[in-house]
Amino acid sequence: MAFRAAVITFPGSNCDRDMASALEAVSGQPAIRVWHGDADLPSGLDLIALPGGFSYGDYLRSGAMAATSPIMRAVVAAADRGVPVLGVCNGFQVLTEARLLPGALLRNAGQRFICRTVALTAENTASLFTSAYTQGETIRIPVAHHDGNYYADADTLDRIEGEGLVAFRYAESCNGSARDIAGVLSANGRVLGMMPHPERAIEPAAVPALGGHDGRRLFESILAQLTTA
Amino acid sequence: MQVRVLVRLKPGVLDPQGRAVHHALEGLGFAGVEDVRIGRLIELDVADGTDRAAITAMCEKLLANTVIESFTIETDGETAGQTAGAQG
Repeated sequence: MAFRAAVITFPGSNCDRDMASALEAVSGQPAIRVWHGDADLPSGLDLIALPGGFSYGDYLRSGAMAATSPIMRAVVAAADRGVPVLGVCNGFQVLTEARLLPGALLRNAGQRFICRTVALTAENTASLFTSAYTQGETIRIPVAHHDGNYYADADTLDRIEGEGLVAFRYAESCNGSARDIAGVLSANGRVLGMMPHPERAIEPAAVPALGGHDGRRLFESILAQLTTA
Repeated sequence: MQVRVLVRLKPGVLDPQGRAVHHALEGLGFAGVEDVRIGRLIELDVADGTDRAAITAMCEKLLANTVIESFTIETDGETAGQTAGAQG
């Protein structure tokens, strides 16, 4: 089975290798690495992944500078064609700044950088990213962020909740996010942004110190979608 | 032409940084501070005659995130500001 995933690296990305490694571990296929300054994406992609990190040193706003980089024009065009896009942590911030996802990520309400494994509730399990989870299931995935406090105005929150676009919610107090939202889908369900790091939770259950394995099913969902589509 | 763009968090958007500074001011003994909100000042040096619409576009596309922030544009001289304001 061919699976073509691209991982974008911005200056300051620091989870790009983790993301590529997770994709390779789950799919058995090498991930294609793409530099932010490239104007074009490889053809025939099944997934575009925007990794975590501190792109452009978080200048101006987290994700704001990366959203203007040449490759993001190609990512937006690909998303418009329905190519699945996954943004994790800084990748989520980039996706909101690029307006591929609603809302914005503010400084954590407690001002502190939060780096720990948190409990999440799987809310939407119908999407191509989340089909391997059970609705309402509690999973544990690490977070590591300073700006993860999800914000959108009340009308937007009502709309995304009404349309079932909340993918994951924090099951415990985390960063002050509106309605405890940890992950959001685009209206067509083919773009997912989330603050927790599924790529850090793909190791076997026997090695809990490595972040657990609850993130693995996110990548397995994408693969399953690809083979059944 | 000097342009100053003031970017502020919209009312109702939590500003934990402002809150922390507020607490710090109280800790230093300054009484009577009701609230602190922290924004950003961006100074641009642009070609004379750059129209207000172009500066507004810069704000909307990059300098501010209008989901969470509002912005005001100040240019040298009130006349320029008012004229540009009508365009913007």
